[in-house]
Amino acid sequence: MSETVFEGAIRVERFVGFGMITIRGDFSDAKIAQATAARFGAGVPKTRAITVGDTGMLAWMSPDELLAVVPLGEADGLAAALADDLSAAHALVVNVSDARSVFRLTGAGAREVLAKGAPVDMSPQAFGPGMIRRTRLGQVACAFWMSGDDQFDLVCFRSVGDFVFDWLKVAARDGSLPEYL
Amino acid sequence: MSTRLASGGRLLERSKRVTFSWNGTRLNAFEGDTLASALLANGKTLVGRSFKYHRPRGIVASGGEEPNALVGLGEGSRFEPNQRATTTEMFDGLHAVSQNHWPSLEFDVGAVNAGLSRVFPAGFYYKTFIHPRAAWKHLFEPVIRQSAGLGKAPKSADADRYEYFYAFVDVLIVGGGMAGLAAALEAGRAGAKVLLIEQSPHLGGRVLIDDVMIGDQTGPDWVASATAELAQLPNVDVRTRMQGSGVYDHGYALGYERVADHTPGDKRPRHRLWRIRAGRIVTATGAIERPLAFAGNDVPGVMLASAVRDYVGLYGVSCGDRTVVVTNNDDAYRTAIALKEAGLDVPMIVDARPRSEGDLALEARALGIRVETGVGLAKVKGKKRVEGVAICAQAGEGAVLEDIPCDCVAMSGGWSPVVHLWSHCGGKLNWDDKSAMFVPDPARPPLGQDGMGFVLTAGTTSGALDPHDAMKDAVLAGRRAADEVGHRHAEESALPHVSAPFETPMLPVWVMPQGAAIKLRSKAFLDYQNDVKVSDVQLAAQEGYESVEHTKRYTTLGMATDQGKLSNINGLAVLAGSLNAPIPQVGTTTFRPPYTPISMGAIAGEARDALFKPTRKTVIDDWLDRSGAHWEPVSDWRRPYAICRNGENVKDAVTREITNTRTNVGLLDASTLGKIIVKGPDAGKFLDLLYTNMMSTLKPGRCRYGLMCNENGFLFDDGVVVRLSEDTFLCHTTSGGSDGVHAWMEEWLQTEWWDLKVFTANVTEQYAQIGVVGPKARLVLEALGGMDVSAQALAFMAMAEGELAGIRARVMRISFSGELSYEIAVPAAQGLAFWEACLAAGEAHGIQPYGTEALHVMRAEKGFIMIGDETDGTVIPQDLNLHWAVSKKKEDFIGKRAHERSDLTRDDRKQLVGLETEDPSDVLPDGAHAVEGAKLANGMENMIGHVTSTYFSPTLKRSIAMALIKGGNKRMGQTLSFPLGGDKVIKAKVVDPVFLDKDGERQNV
Repeated sequence: MSETVFEGAIRVERFVGFGMITIRGDFSDAKIAQATAARFGAGVPKTRAITVGDTGMLAWMSPDELLAVVPLGEADGLAAALADDLSAAHALVVNVSDARSVFRLTGAGAREVLAKGAPVDMSPQAFGPGMIRRTRLGQVACAFWMSGDDQFDLVCFRSVGDFVFDWLKVAARDGSLPEYL
Repeated sequence: MSTRLASGGRLLERSKRVTFSWNGTRLNAFEGDTLASALLANGKTLVGRSFKYHRPRGIVASGGEEPNALVGLGEGSRFEPNQRATTTEMFDGLHAVSQNHWPSLEFDVGAVNAGLSRVFPAGFYYKTFIHPRAAWKHLFEPVIRQSAGLGKAPKSADADRYEYFYAFVDVLIVGGGMAGLAAALEAGRAGAKVLLIEQSPHLGGRVLIDDVMIGDQTGPDWVASATAELAQLPNVDVRTRMQGSGVYDHGYALGYERVADHTPGDKRPRHRLWRIRAGRIVTATGAIERPLAFAGNDVPGVMLASAVRDYVGLYGVSCGDRTVVVTNNDDAYRTAIALKEAGLDVPMIVDARPRSEGDLALEARALGIRVETGVGLAKVKGKKRVEGVAICAQAGEGAVLEDIPCDCVAMSGGWSPVVHLWSHCGGKLNWDDKSAMFVPDPARPPLGQDGMGFVLTAGTTSGALDPHDAMKDAVLAGRRAADEVGHRHAEESALPHVSAPFETPMLPVWVMPQGAAIKLRSKAFLDYQNDVKVSDVQLAAQEGYESVEHTKRYTTLGMATDQGKLSNINGLAVLAGSLNAPIPQVGTTTFRPPYTPISMGAIAGEARDALFKPTRKTVIDDWLDRSGAHWEPVSDWRRPYAICRNGENVKDAVTREITNTRTNVGLLDASTLGKIIVKGPDAGKFLDLLYTNMMSTLKPGRCRYGLMCNENGFLFDDGVVVRLSEDTFLCHTTSGGSDGVHAWMEEWLQTEWWDLKVFTANVTEQYAQIGVVGPKARLVLEALGGMDVSAQALAFMAMAEGELAGIRARVMRISFSGELSYEIAVPAAQGLAFWEACLAAGEAHGIQPYGTEALHVMRAEKGFIMIGDETDGTVIPQDLNLHWAVSKKKEDFIGKRAHERSDLTRDDRKQLVGLETEDPSDVLPDGAHAVEGAKLANGMENMIGHVTSTYFSPTLKRSIAMALIKGGNKRMGQTLSFPLGGDKVIKAKVVDPVFLDKDGERQNV
């Protein structure tokens, strides 16, 4: 855990970046959708999309699951507030900020590093800002989205954080990119 | 002798000399050479020994179809056996050794087998070594394994890295010859996203060497301009050194990129395995020339005509001063002409056809080459090297008409389109009588999910041997592929005209001469690599083998690492001839990926060393590792078996941890337990269906141990359920079960009980869970400070939320050890801080961390079951005396119906019992079987059950065990026998499995 940055073909940083809240509910229900959107200032994202609002980002995880990404330290409060907003509805809101490890991948080769492990079309035409993919990286589950030009944020389960960091260090070795994308 | 010519060699960089090592000798080569061309340039025509007879073998081909020139490449941690010299790019410092010979390549002891070839016929191994049965394993197989086999396994770990890469394209084009380039141009101009891959380092294929004009350009000029145009198209990528290795369902293809084989140690990954999803796959993989089957066709110096031409034209290498060309078609004349033009001697073109009047034949005659028709080779003279050939009438039995001295034979039996990739996923073939070859049937392509063909063929692969036809076919394939993925050409460019000499039809020749006597047929090789001769296939047919698949396995034809690229068609034609059946009726064997062998490293990708398999770690992992943890794997987690103090052995550590926990207090990292939130108005109802016991009656703030069965009634997971609030439950699972149980819940909710209003969330990793266990546990919690943890506020099986040591905590008073025990969940990020706070607060009370073995022993002392020890997928709760946890009131739960089936209700099922050995110091081995009564008819003991958990209990100072024993409930007090092999038998008494504190007084304090 002591090492948090790797500089190779791209920069890989392991960081404690943000809070996360899992929200499960029927988002075709206008009340649930509106309450959720209002709480984060962001609309309910469509399939494999993310929306960004004042208090956080909403990411599509499955037809009845969203992930709210919020500033570190605000997850508990926001989760409690949203749970309260939705108390009359059937929904599940839970703070999962500690359940995941977070990595930031920066550099022109970030797409190719991810394409070594994720069966996803990482070409700029196919994957761009405003999108999220839940997929795998090598042998473990992960999700990622673009957080800037040539920059991706990737989350995986906390227990495999070391494994994913090791994986990224191998995939991002200098001179190892195929230079295809 | 083969040698380097003074000029020529289109692919050579003559200004860049390199040196390489062959069997320890330093030799010279040029950049652009292959290892094969460099060996020939240095006169090395003998490159290996054959698999069975150890016959001397030389280079036959110039590409991936090469059967003989397999070498060991590299040294030490970069050594790899069985590398084809013909596809090995030359670089300075290349190190190669020949293989399958002993003691040396020139003098080989195993060659004595060749003299015995009459006693090594087809099916020899099957026939000879079948009796006596035991001798196969102990005598025959070890000896055969030593003398057979190609190459040696590497001795040290691979120094290189390998990786995968996922790519998505509209059109994947396999093959960078004329057809592939033309198809790529068409699809690329239409705007499709195209990836063209070529296995060799250069583009162009046969038009680099065969004299054709494309439009007004020569072949090489056209390749250069096509390559330049492709480079300009932003939607087209061209990658060389990358083989299309396999085609699979749904447009999935495997690309095998040899990134750094020619630059070892440059830090790049050695191989990259591309996993490509393509809308359409165009195979432009060309054709492979077939050998002819004549006696001595395996003598070094007998080569494919196209290969001889390649070595002259591409590498400036002469394969011999005097080359006899033997053919059944016009194409081989190109070789004679190329040799003549290079100043080499071609004493005769031996043409099996009655006449030869094509453009190329006229040109050859005009060059003064002697052309004889209606003739063949009776045999090749020479052993380690061609010395001459004997000419005979093709129609006859091999009576020699004339001897021609020569040192090279260039043979051509016609061409076979490379249909492998078309066939991998089910593309069907037609037999083309005119050219005697199997060709793809465009009406029966491999079908995608839309019911349309997703593989197209282009050029020679389609069976278009004429260059102009091949160009037309490729252009149309490129256009069609682009069109089918939604990219239509705005205006279609004119079809380039390809002009080439007029060729007359070939004549199928499967055996030369056609009436060859047995003596000749048993020296006429079909499969060089596996030493299968014409006579072997004919013998198999005589012995009743009719199916080509059976014949293949019986004779081993086509079963070597080249997978019969040269031998298959000839072999099945010989089989068809012997069976008197038409070739298409005999059919082909199955084409399976990969096209040529790919490295194990590429298949493994990055998954080696630390990345071989993910290791899940808790937030306490680092602390444990620094503090002497002896690790064990628990599903994907690593957990400390024991935490050894300085110099302490593991066994002593376990004993210390147990004793300390039972007398003072222990600290356990239980974070790996699965934690699933189940919420909603129907949550109680849902859990009643999932668990065997009643969960809906649980009061908020209370905990209950629960069991989960599958539909067949078998126990698969257990854990404590906590009711957090009226509509929210927290379900604990086993460490290995969290993902599976969560998926199980979601499956039932999504597929069967979708009407239940329930949501779940797997929060396993959100929390660190710390067990504080032992008589002084409460003192430790009180010392941490915060919430009320008194017996009144937090009774046994109660849960409370609050703060401990300033950290938000959920405290559950549950016990897996029988002691006063708390499990405390805190946010994972604060888990280590909480752990260290517990150690500090507990110091005065003698707190010590303990590992999984102490946990196991303590739970066994209490008779608590462990999923995976006491269960094995065939055990029901009732077998484990857990009737109390199986509700009789509930209308239904998963497994209920199964529990009522007669086999699960019979009273002589294997049931859980405790065991005390007669000698308390004897610890039964895990899994030991109990036996009873007389031996069975088959001589085996009558086994009545086995030990499931067994330990030495430091608390009780004796061994304890649990076992599943037939009718165990009725055996209390009986003594059972556990034979351990030899004369050793341990006797143990059946007792109650709760060994310690049957009344639970220790935990109720």
